[in-house]
Amino acid sequence: MTEEPNFEESLAALEATVDALSRGDLPLDRALAVFEEGLGLYRRCHAILAESEQRVTKLIAAAEGLIEEPFLVE
Amino acid sequence: MDPIAVTCENRPGVPQALTVTQLAHVIRDTIRANPILSRILVRGEVSNLQRAPSGHVFFTLKDATAQLSCTLFREDAEMLGFDLEDGMDVVVSGDVDVFPRRGSVQLLIKAATPAGVGAFWAAYQKTRKKLAAEGLFDAARKRSLPAYPRKIGVVTSEVGAVVHDIVTILRRRYPIAHIVIAPALVQGPEAPASLRRALAFVADRVDVVIVARGGGSLEDLWCFNDEGLARAVAASRAPVVSAIGHETDVTIVDFVADVRAATPSAAAELVSPDATELMARINGAGRSLVAEIHEALRGARDRTKALRERLSPRGLQRGVEANRVLLERSFAALSAVAPREVIRNRERLEGLGRRLDVLSPLATLQRGYAIAEREDGHVVAHAAEVGSGDSLAVRFQDGRIRVHVNQEQEEP
Repeated sequence: MTEEPNFEESLAALEATVDALSRGDLPLDRALAVFEEGLGLYRRCHAILAESEQRVTKLIAAAEGLIEEPFLVE
Repeated sequence: MDPIAVTCENRPGVPQALTVTQLAHVIRDTIRANPILSRILVRGEVSNLQRAPSGHVFFTLKDATAQLSCTLFREDAEMLGFDLEDGMDVVVSGDVDVFPRRGSVQLLIKAATPAGVGAFWAAYQKTRKKLAAEGLFDAARKRSLPAYPRKIGVVTSEVGAVVHDIVTILRRRYPIAHIVIAPALVQGPEAPASLRRALAFVADRVDVVIVARGGGSLEDLWCFNDEGLARAVAASRAPVVSAIGHETDVTIVDFVADVRAATPSAAAELVSPDATELMARINGAGRSLVAEIHEALRGARDRTKALRERLSPRGLQRGVEANRVLLERSFAALSAVAPREVIRNRERLEGLGRRLDVLSPLATLQRGYAIAEREDGHVVAHAAEVGSGDSLAVRFQDGRIRVHVNQEQEEP
């Protein structure tokens, strides 16, 4: 629906890497790869949540169809 | 017995004072005997409405200058076909009666119909029954809300407190989401069509929709009882949370919506996860990641130690020892960092991964060492383990060769 990074999937993937590591049955090289992947996901989730600035738009029916323009509160 | 005729037995002819009970019964009987006070129609406004757990309904019927207590017994209340509410203009039918126990005159109501806004209410009842019969209010139809909406639609007036409250709460709780306001008229004859249009516009481009309006009179909220709007809510592609008027106002749209919120602010909270909790979850996962890789590295260290014990030739041992020290140092460095720092030290971690490769026996072979094994695969760690004439396999990085021992234990 949108091009935004999918926070929900990233968070689920992050928690999946923790689960994979916590099973403790991965060879070390694989464990390190999963750890790296998890760190990337951690960083991504953290950044999405900490740095997102909320977009608020207003839907308007214009001659050319529906358009969204910025909506200012206050 | 005619109570007024009661006289004092001790003093014949002198009127005796009535008991309160006697007087109350006189009043009751007088009222009951008056045909004007039976089966009467009274119009007034409902106020102070209370529903007893027994199902009986008590309220005051009032106009500008007078009021009267009213009682509607459960059986009659159930037959009413609509819910009496405070502020409602009604015509009731019933009998005036007196409750001696409370000394109050009451209207015992048998039936009631809306008046004034009664036409609205008749329509409300009709719509409600019709849509209920079609199953539009069924719990099975209700959709659950997305846990992490990317886009949240808000159908409401673009001015006023409602849109402000919703945006403020979403900004605090879930700044990730993109809010799309679909402005609509929220009262007046044009409102139903305006709301339907706004909902249709926004529902296809968001993950969840809030339909909201602040408190208002019955007439103000009336547009949310519109059948067409209710059907549009039911047909919305995205789940709908309704938040219309105050908690006590229940419109047809509230019945059809997937979730009904008590207030617009509550609706904003219902559609959004709490970023504070999410951040705690993310940080928890980050800490777990580090703890788990610690565990994996500890395992590798232990295995290295075991390997060192098995591979006694000193050169090999030195190599392993050097790597073990390296690993210990990396391990200690990793132990000291929190997830945030771990990320900053990403390159260092990648280096660590490469160093760990060096620790595997195969990597040892790649550096030019060979491992001697007996036929059963047991690694030969001491010269004393081998006798003249024994068969051994010597493992190189690219394969193994078979050798025969022709001389025992040479001095190193």
